[in-house]
Amino acid sequence: MEVKGLRLLVNQLKAITWKNIKIYYSESPVLIFGVLFPFCLFLAFALGRELGFYELLPGLLGITFFFAGSAVGPFITPWETRTGTLERLLALPAPRWILVAGDILAGFFFAIFLAVLIILFAYIVLGIKFVNLFLLVLTAIIAGLLFAGLGSAFAALPTDKPSNVMMLANSIRLPVIFISGIFVPLAELPFWGRVISYISPVTYVVELLRAALGGVYYLSPLLSAVVLGIFMVIILGGAVILHSHTLTRRI
Amino acid sequence: MKEAIKIRDLHKGFGRIKAVDGINFAVEQGEIFGFLGPNGAGKTTTARMITGVLEPDQGDIELAGYNLKDNFVEARLRIGVVPEAANAYQELTALENLKFMAKMYGLSGKDINNKAVELLTRLGLKERINDKVKGYSKGMTQRVILGMALINDPEILFLDEPTRGLDVQSTRIMHEIIQDLNHGGNTIFITTHNIQEANQLCNSIAIINKGKIAAIDSPENLKDTFKELQTVEICLEDMDYPDPENFQYISQAIKEGNKMKYYTDDPDRAVKELIGLIGNKKIVGLNILEPDLEDVFVELTGGELNNGS
Repeated sequence: MEVKGLRLLVNQLKAITWKNIKIYYSESPVLIFGVLFPFCLFLAFALGRELGFYELLPGLLGITFFFAGSAVGPFITPWETRTGTLERLLALPAPRWILVAGDILAGFFFAIFLAVLIILFAYIVLGIKFVNLFLLVLTAIIAGLLFAGLGSAFAALPTDKPSNVMMLANSIRLPVIFISGIFVPLAELPFWGRVISYISPVTYVVELLRAALGGVYYLSPLLSAVVLGIFMVIILGGAVILHSHTLTRRI
Repeated sequence: MKEAIKIRDLHKGFGRIKAVDGINFAVEQGEIFGFLGPNGAGKTTTARMITGVLEPDQGDIELAGYNLKDNFVEARLRIGVVPEAANAYQELTALENLKFMAKMYGLSGKDINNKAVELLTRLGLKERINDKVKGYSKGMTQRVILGMALINDPEILFLDEPTRGLDVQSTRIMHEIIQDLNHGGNTIFITTHNIQEANQLCNSIAIINKGKIAAIDSPENLKDTFKELQTVEICLEDMDYPDPENFQYISQAIKEGNKMKYYTDDPDRAVKELIGLIGNKKIVGLNILEPDLEDVFVELTGGELNNGS
């Protein structure tokens, strides 16, 4: 019955991800910041503008990946510190990075689930098709992992109060949204606006989604994919490194 | 007998505070080993290092023949841990909690479910296995936590303050389970500040104070070592007790309620001496008491006792 090596790691990763999905998807902060918040933000941008859903869809998907992906991670580790389940996890025959990876995957699947709902709605109800499905899937995977990693990195703050981490997360997420050219194409932004938007990974996600939809895009999809890939490696690696420094400081 | 746990020259500091200062001990296979000490003595820090939660600054830890640093996974696969203030996942059922732990220990297949159900039945939770833990009492939750630590059939079980905060009934059930596990061959390492619990359950006891091992032996040998802690307990009707300074064979006296406790290493002579000084006063009660573990603990640590829970 006992398995070793790689199979053990895969089983552990699956178990932690399943546990996180089962426990944390229904938590209020996750639903508020992962579902309600991007939806309201989308409405605030969309209402009163003469833009169709076709033009708004990449932006909606971009903020969904961003908020939903980064909504689960900030809650898990502080909550487990507070409830006393973290120390037991640390005593298991699992490397610390597996615990962080399980948290990241939970955020990833949350973002993917919501994005799939939006894409299905766009396709079935509005008849909107993505012309480049490969690019769509690639963008979804990179964006989901990147923003879930960001959420987990926020949670490296060694506190047992999820509200502290949520506050930190929002103090970074909100400015990022406003500099990302989400609902206004990059080409229509002033020069300084474009320069600032290049700092944000959300900009490249939306650009890739526009390309996948067959719409107008400003940056080459290859360039956007490479930049996003670099962001992803830095953020995921950073999340693991930060947690490896702070996990034992929590107990 | 083979050693289940071997600790060599273990050190851990937090800033300028030395929490654990060069401790050495071994626990034999099949033993219930009590790790006793006052609050802040270094018990939990030691337990956390042995279970791999904290990394020692220095020293070696061997579990079931595996060096914890070199064979991290192999060593941890052979242990079960109930950390201090541990909890089960409140939003999961008892069965889901155990199955989660089983997967984390690399168990797979249909056997997981059968094993989890069997274990929860053994722990007296059969009727509630599909209820979320948040609806359980503290005693029931503690049994789920113990079940989570037992799902991998550990050779060594670590229990950090396993009965803290439990009522008498739950504590009794927990002690019975611990003794059953030990009869089944498990080595059990209990960290506790509850002297009665250690006395009742353990074959060997280490007393830690200020990060160092103050004594390590069986409870009986520890008590024998401190013969001077024998007491003559006397109760006089008029409660007017003689001053200990007038005695040759009595080292000190402590008043407890309406009785007086006289400490001595020669109780026979102390009683004769007492009777001589008391004269015609009416004696309500007279007992000669062997030192108990509590006396030994106080003598070694000078610490305050806290036998709560």
